[in-house]
Amino acid sequence: MNRPGYDEVVVGDELPATRYPLRRADLVRYAGASGDFNPIHWNGRIAREVQLPDVIAHGMLTMATVARLVTDWCGDPGAVLSYGVRFTRPVVVPDDADGALVEVTGVVSAKDGERRAVRVDVTATSEGEKVLGRAQVVVRLP
Amino acid sequence: MGVNPDIAGRAYPPSPSYEVGREKIHEFAEAIGSADPVHHDPEAARALGHPDVIAPPTFAVIVAQRSEAQVMTDPQAGIDFTRVVHGEERFTHHRPIVAGDRLVATLHVDTVRAAGGHSLVTTRVEIVDDGGAPVSTVVSTIVVRGQDA
Repeated sequence: MNRPGYDEVVVGDELPATRYPLRRADLVRYAGASGDFNPIHWNGRIAREVQLPDVIAHGMLTMATVARLVTDWCGDPGAVLSYGVRFTRPVVVPDDADGALVEVTGVVSAKDGERRAVRVDVTATSEGEKVLGRAQVVVRLP
Repeated sequence: MGVNPDIAGRAYPPSPSYEVGREKIHEFAEAIGSADPVHHDPEAARALGHPDVIAPPTFAVIVAQRSEAQVMTDPQAGIDFTRVVHGEERFTHHRPIVAGDRLVATLHVDTVRAAGGHSLVTTRVEIVDDGGAPVSTVVSTIVVRGQDA
């Protein structure tokens, strides 16, 4: 595949915007794979009992999904040097065939010549609201 | 009762070692919707210079959350798990996690702060391999909602 090289990438480059669906079944699968069985991620009754509108996605599933924008762009998930986010808003996942949609965009915001790495600032929204704050991925490029 | 501020600065004993299996990496990658072959095909991983299949960037959370459970369940910490919301997460990778790694995690409580009736607890999990070399640092901030908030 065509991997972007450090020298050709410039600050301001935009990554291709991508939409990722998150359905109830995805949350159950992530619960099993990660070991996080908090029922607010699969049981609507319990979610509403703690004043959530409905079942919400694991913040860590949203974080992992958003990172795919950057790792699919750079072509190597092992090139991620650091990745941090703030969880500002939960992704509410309705009990239907479509689930929730997370829309992700990213822009190259800094270059680090010493490590041949770039910082990508990522924006993730669902239902038109930002769900992550200060989402930044630092990734080494060939 | 709120979170005990005296736990700031505390370190917990290292966790038992966690052996990273190829199938676990594949399962986790599928669960985050990634079909990238570096997570299930050793040849594809080697083509990028990795010794075996590598884990996705957030895989370290599995090891980190097991370690963080120590403070969650520590009666001296006074954290009511039913009132916990995840505030922030940050991974610093010293190298990718690779199938076959035996990882040991050590939990540190860095800060405990009060803000708007809530308590913010920031923990740091240092993950090393069986030779003691650093693999990942996972910094997590949880918000423990106050009784009136």
